[in-house]
Amino acid sequence: MPVKRADKTPMPVREAQARARDFIEVNEGYTQRHASFEAERCLRCQDPVCVGGCPVNVPIPDFIHAVAMGDMAGAARILRSANPLPAICGRVCPQESQCEAECSMTARFTPVAIGHLERFVADWERTQPPAAKAEITRKERIAIIGAGPSGLVCAGALARLGYPVTIYEALHAAGGVLRYGIPEFRLPKEVLDWEIGLLKAMGVEIVCNVIIGKTLTLDELFGKMGFSAVFIGTGAGLPQFLGIPGENLNGVMSANEFLTRVNLMGGYDPEKADTPVHVGKRVAVIGAGNTAMDAVRTSMRMGAEKAMVVYRRSDREMSARVEEYHHAMEEGVEFHWLTNPLEVQGNAEGWATGLKCQKMKLGEPDASGRARPVPIPDSEFVLPVDNVILAIGTTPNPLLTRTTSGLLTNKKGCLVADEKTGLTSKALVFAGGDAVTGAATVILAAGAGKRAAQAIHEALEARGA
Amino acid sequence: MARIIETRQLTAVTKYFRIDAPLIAASARPGQFVMLRVREGGERIPITIADYDRELGTITIVVQAVGATTQRVCALKTGDEILDVAGPMGGHIDIAPGGHVCGVGGGFGSAALLCLMREFTARGDTTTAILGARNKDLLILADELRPLCTHLEICTDDGSAGFKGFVTQRLAQLIEAGPPRRPDSVVAIGPMAMMRAVAETTRGPKVKTLVSMDPLMVDGTGMCGGCRVTVGGKAQFACVDGPCFDAHEVDFDVAMRRNKAYVQEEKRAVDRAACMDRRETA
Ligand SMILES: Cc1cc2nc3c(=O)[nH]c(=O)nc-3n(C[C@H](O)[C@H](O)[C@H](O)COP(=O)(O)OP(=O)(O)OC[C@H]3O[C@@H](n4cnc5c(N)ncnc54)[C@H](O)[C@@H]3O)c2cc1C
Ligand SMILES: Cc1cc2nc3c(=O)[nH]c(=O)nc-3n(C[C@H](O)[C@H](O)[C@H](O)COP(=O)(O)OP(=O)(O)OC[C@H]3O[C@@H](n4cnc5c(N)ncnc54)[C@H](O)[C@@H]3O)c2cc1C
Ligand code: SF4
Ligand code: FES
Repeated sequence: MPVKRADKTPMPVREAQARARDFIEVNEGYTQRHASFEAERCLRCQDPVCVGGCPVNVPIPDFIHAVAMGDMAGAARILRSANPLPAICGRVCPQESQCEAECSMTARFTPVAIGHLERFVADWERTQPPAAKAEITRKERIAIIGAGPSGLVCAGALARLGYPVTIYEALHAAGGVLRYGIPEFRLPKEVLDWEIGLLKAMGVEIVCNVIIGKTLTLDELFGKMGFSAVFIGTGAGLPQFLGIPGENLNGVMSANEFLTRVNLMGGYDPEKADTPVHVGKRVAVIGAGNTAMDAVRTSMRMGAEKAMVVYRRSDREMSARVEEYHHAMEEGVEFHWLTNPLEVQGNAEGWATGLKCQKMKLGEPDASGRARPVPIPDSEFVLPVDNVILAIGTTPNPLLTRTTSGLLTNKKGCLVADEKTGLTSKALVFAGGDAVTGAATVILAAGAGKRAAQAIHEALEARGA
Repeated sequence: MARIIETRQLTAVTKYFRIDAPLIAASARPGQFVMLRVREGGERIPITIADYDRELGTITIVVQAVGATTQRVCALKTGDEILDVAGPMGGHIDIAPGGHVCGVGGGFGSAALLCLMREFTARGDTTTAILGARNKDLLILADELRPLCTHLEICTDDGSAGFKGFVTQRLAQLIEAGPPRRPDSVVAIGPMAMMRAVAETTRGPKVKTLVSMDPLMVDGTGMCGGCRVTVGGKAQFACVDGPCFDAHEVDFDVAMRRNKAYVQEEKRAVDRAACMDRRETA
């Protein structure tokens, strides 16, 4: 029977002072005791609205019930049947705007901690021997372009259907944003490595250092390489710049560059890694999404004494997960809301020294429905900085589309693909994830990869029949 | 992993490598580069594809040891494996056929002229290669280039071989001389200072000129923007929009300053590498 308790069982977290200087995971995870205690709160609603709030419709009350009954293997099986990356999503999904936003408890109390429970079950699963290996029963070979969450999930689903799958990844390591973007203190790489290990155990081949559109063209995948279908999961990795004066000064970089140096290239451990990371005393990060929070908290861990977020709108328009925002505040990040960067100022050697900003106030709603920030006259001031990190968004990388004929994109450079199947303008070429939607979320990318796998299977069956 | 099948020490600090990389060899074009990494935890560094042999499935690179990673590359021997080689990155050099193309190479940049001269000569262009070095001993690949181009010009600062003077002085003479020696287009690959001097040499006489920019890079796939150079007042990513750009539009001041961004950290990396290597050999 559900037990009525108003508050979410809090996630055990590491003490802010200590964690703000290292890369060890901030959230420590529920223990069995926490998990059982929290699982009891679920009302097991007749009409579980939480399921509708989840982009891949995890049977939430079912897996939570299994946890409450102490059936961890059952919980893990239910979870994985719907979500192929539970240990990752349990950590990085914006639950507050998805499943937990819909939870019936939310009306009067705090929602059931669906994300924390998801993580708990998935972490338990990682302590178990990996599930049996899939058998290759199909002769059609499938190529996946990009080893981000969409590509990894698509590969796993196809392998389970019996297809031989090869993933081509441009970088030297698989994972996409999960590898180069999201830092260790939020998503330990061992979690990602475990998922990748599972795919390899199922026979999925991952070939790194191959850039489709450069090393091989998309058409060559069908011709020369003999693949029967292709899934494109190349993400939206191209960083945007503001175009303000001083942006090319030394010390100014995109969040992607900063995070790649630290994560993919291992810059957080300068004893082991050669790639330099330059972090001064005062770092200003522009933007207020997950990328901005990751960059600002990483800069603190890399030694910044003053780590600041500069955002032209207010905290209400911020798109980061609330948990990250709270953690950043606890760690001592400074937030400059309603502050619009105008110019980066530099010294004679060409290094950034200041960020000239202007105060803003909120006006009428704009096209996105959010209040439009408007400048306050004569409110300019200079924020002293050593680094400026831009986290103002990314767009799809044009590498592949520039070199492939007949692959349609929209105005924003996103691939045109059928919403349900992911089919692009080219026969037997499917796409999903950020490459189609523009920068979005891990679970949306994973869901798109899974749907495309099914669509590829159906297309090949139809062709064979 | 890519196997090194041939090496040759060209000068005290420059080494030639032929690497087994069939996929890259099959699609490489002049002006493109590879990203390579020699060890776990190592940097990804961009290196120009000097030449390729599609039939043998090999690519050639020439590396000058200037810092920790290039020193590690230069320590590799025939039979060793390079951990990661990815490419071909960047766009290729695109020049309308039928003209007179002049390639100007300095330092390791001379190596990039190999495939450039071969392809353009083969399609019927008139080709001139101008090689520059401080002295005869620092000159590389002259014998390899001679059969690949119509004219080979050698310049040394001290006159120990060929023309005594800078590549730009010889280039200015050729432009002045008019046809048939005057090139219709110039491609300069080498140290930034040399490329900038070439740009200034050809600006007045309005000879179309491309330079191969070598900013610091991280991924080489357009993902970080660290490689941005200012061309015609606009930021361009050298790894995907370049690496070759119109020399007369490039802002060399910004480019030279940006390449010095990590000097302190790089120095530390060299010291640390030396110390690690000492430990490994001890
Ligand atoms: C710093 C940061 C923090 C984030 N935090 C969160 C979060 O907390 N929660 C959340 O849900 N989402 C978060 N996101 C968003 C989320 O990571 C992305 O939406 C998701 O990773 C998209 O997955 P994808 O598979 O479409 O592409 P990506 O993860 O971008 O992977 C694409 C892969 O394809 C490769 N590739 C690209 N082009 C080629 C080519 N031509 N040939 C071969 N390979 C190629 C790339 O190298 C890359 O590895 C964050 C994003 C960033 C940048
Ligand atoms: C498109 C491209 C093609 C290149 N082709 C070649 C090539 O064919 N052969 C070759 O030997 N090198 C080439 N380079 C340069 C090579 O990538 C750098 O020398 C290398 O990254 C240095 O790494 P490192 O760790 O050895 O030295 P670092 O420790 O990183 O640097 C050592 C010193 O060299 C300077 N330096 C570093 N990178 C550059 C650069 N890109 N330009 C000028 N100075 C730099 C630093 O400021 C420092 O003083 C190319 C670069 C680019 C961008
Ligand atoms: S809405 Fe909340 S209480 Fe209802 S089933 Fe879902 S998690 Fe349980
Ligand atoms: S090297 Fe990262 S975008 Fe060019």
